[in-house]
Amino acid sequence: MELKPGSRWKSAVCDTEVVVVRATAGHIALECGGHPMVAHADAKPAGLAVHGEHAGGTQPGKRFADDVTGLEVLCTKGGKGSLSIGGRPIGAKEAKKLPASD
Amino acid sequence: MHTALLLEMAAGALGDRVATGSATGGVTYDELAARARAGGHWLSGEPGGTVVFVGLNGAALPTALFAAAEIGRPFAPLNYRLPDAELRKLLARTAPSLAIVDDDMRARVEGVAGVKIVTRSAFEAACAAPENQDAEHPEPDRDIAVLLFTSGTTGDPKVAVLRHRHLASYVISTVEFMHAEADEATLVSVPPYHIAGIAAILTSVYGGRRTVYLPTFAPDDWVDLAARENITHAMVVPTMLGRILAVLEQRGEKLPQLRALSYGGGRMPAAVIEKALTLLPNVDFVNAYGLTETSSTIAVLTADDHRAAIASDDPAVRRRLGSVGRPLPSLELEIRGPDGEALGPGQSGEVYVRGEQISGEYLHKKVLQDDGWFATNDAGWLDEDGYLFVEGRLDDVIVRGGENISPGEIEDVLRQHPQVVDVAVFGVPDNEWGEKVACALVARDGHPSVDELAGWVKARLRSTKTPEVWSFRDALPYNDTGKLLRRQLKAEHSAQAVAV
Repeated sequence: MELKPGSRWKSAVCDTEVVVVRATAGHIALECGGHPMVAHADAKPAGLAVHGEHAGGTQPGKRFADDVTGLEVLCTKGGKGSLSIGGRPIGAKEAKKLPASD
Repeated sequence: MHTALLLEMAAGALGDRVATGSATGGVTYDELAARARAGGHWLSGEPGGTVVFVGLNGAALPTALFAAAEIGRPFAPLNYRLPDAELRKLLARTAPSLAIVDDDMRARVEGVAGVKIVTRSAFEAACAAPENQDAEHPEPDRDIAVLLFTSGTTGDPKVAVLRHRHLASYVISTVEFMHAEADEATLVSVPPYHIAGIAAILTSVYGGRRTVYLPTFAPDDWVDLAARENITHAMVVPTMLGRILAVLEQRGEKLPQLRALSYGGGRMPAAVIEKALTLLPNVDFVNAYGLTETSSTIAVLTADDHRAAIASDDPAVRRRLGSVGRPLPSLELEIRGPDGEALGPGQSGEVYVRGEQISGEYLHKKVLQDDGWFATNDAGWLDEDGYLFVEGRLDDVIVRGGENISPGEIEDVLRQHPQVVDVAVFGVPDNEWGEKVACALVARDGHPSVDELAGWVKARLRSTKTPEVWSFRDALPYNDTGKLLRRQLKAEHSAQAVAV
C-alpha cells in the first residue's frame, strides 16, 4: 500500500481509523488487529477477526511512530485492534504536554 | 493531514461536549460538525474559490472555517476595521470569491468585481438547514486552508498561505487530543483575521475546550464575560492585558475560575506582566511567540518559567520574564548573522526556524529556503539555556498593541501633504501599546501644525496609524548609498521617550 501523507486508512477488523502524518518511500504493510488496513473509502473484507496478538487497542489522538520505517500515523478513531507493520507492533509516541498558547 | 479531520475526530470522541458558546445551550461538537458539513455543501453550490469572512468574532467563525475546509476552499478572514476603501481593495484581491459578511457591514463591501456577498445570517441559516446537513460531498483535494493578509514593509499587505498540513501539524504536535476537563472554557478576543484567532479555533476543537467569543475587545466586556462564563483560559495581546488588569484592580474582581492566561503578538512591558503576576497569583501565565507564517506559536515561556523568573535573585533567570521562552520541541530554531552563519548564545541576529508547521509562503511567492529554514525577519538572541529574546522586526515594522504597522504606508500619506518635504516613520517604546508610531519631518513654508498633520493621516488611514510623536528637522539622516537611517532616528527618539 502507498501511505501518502494525509491518506486515511481503516482497520479491516475493528473501528480503528488512522491518518498518515509522516510517510516514507517504498512498500509498507500497515496492519491493524493483525490484518492489512484498507483505504478509508474502500469496503472492508468480510469474515476476518482481531488477531489475539494484536488486540491491545487504539485510542483517538494517539500518534504511532515506527523507528524502522519512519512511518508515523495519527489514530483518528479508536478500536480493539492494535497497529503493526509486517507483524511487528508499533508503539504510541509519548504525548507532549505544552501549555495552551492560542 | 486535513484540518477538517480535527473536527471530525472531536465529534467522534466527545460529540456531546459544547464546542462554542455557553455551557448550557452552546453548540456541541456534533452540531458544529453538522453545520460545517452543511455549510460546505451549500458553499460548493456557490461561485468563487476563496471563502472570505468579514465580521466580528462569534460561532459563525469556526463554522465558516470548517465549512471551507470541508470542500477544500481557502478561508480568508479580512480586517473589517480597515477604512472601506482599503477593505474593498483587499476584497478585490480575493476574487473570484464568496464573502460571508456581517449583516450590518454589507453596504461597505458590495459591488466588488468577482466577489459574491452573502450575509452572515443567510450563511448561518444554510448551515442549519436539514437538506444541507444531510447532503454528501466528496473529500476535497485542495490543500490551502487559510489565507491571511499581513502588513509588510512596502505597505501593500502580503497574503500568507497556510496549508492544511501546516496547521494540522501545529495542532497535533502541540495539543493533546481531548485533554481539556469538561469545565474548561477559553475566551477568544483576538480578531478573526489574526493567526491566533485561527489557531485558537483548531487547538480548542482538538483539545476539547469550550470556546466563548467576545465579538470585539473592550476590557470591561472581557471581564464581564470571563466572570459570567466561568472562563478558565484566555489569550490576549499585551495591550489587552494592561487594560484588563486596570479593570480588575478598579473593580476588585479576582476571576477565581481563571487558570491560565497566554499572551503574545507584541512586546510585553515588564511593568505589565509583573503587575499581572501580583494581581492574579493563581493564574498560569504563558508567553507565546509566533508569526502568521509559522502557523502561530513557535516558542513558549511557560507558567513555571514565569514563576522561576519572578522569584529569582539571579539576573540571568530574572530577565527571562522578558523572553519568549524556549522553542517548541517539534521544531528547530537558530540565530543567524548577516551572512547566514549560525550564532552562539548571547549573540544577536535574525531568528530562523524550521519544522512541519512552518509555511513560509505567500501567495505567488515561496520564501522558505530549499533546506526548509524560514527567516522570520525578527531580530533576537538565545541565552545559555536556550531562552529566546526577541528584539523586534528587522525591517522596522511597528508593532502597536499587537497590530503590525508599516512605516512606509504612513510615510507615503504624509509625503502627499503639500508642505512635507521628507518624512520618516518608526516605532518608539510605549508602556501601554508596546510601541507607538513616531515621525520625523522636514517641512517647507513653515511648520504645518501637528493637529493638521495628524488629521491628514487619520483621514486617509486610521487612528492607530496616526503618529503620536512628532519632530521637525532640517534634514533626515541618510547613509552614503542614499538609504534612510531609520534606526538612528528610532534610537534617538527611544532615548528621549525613556528620559521623559
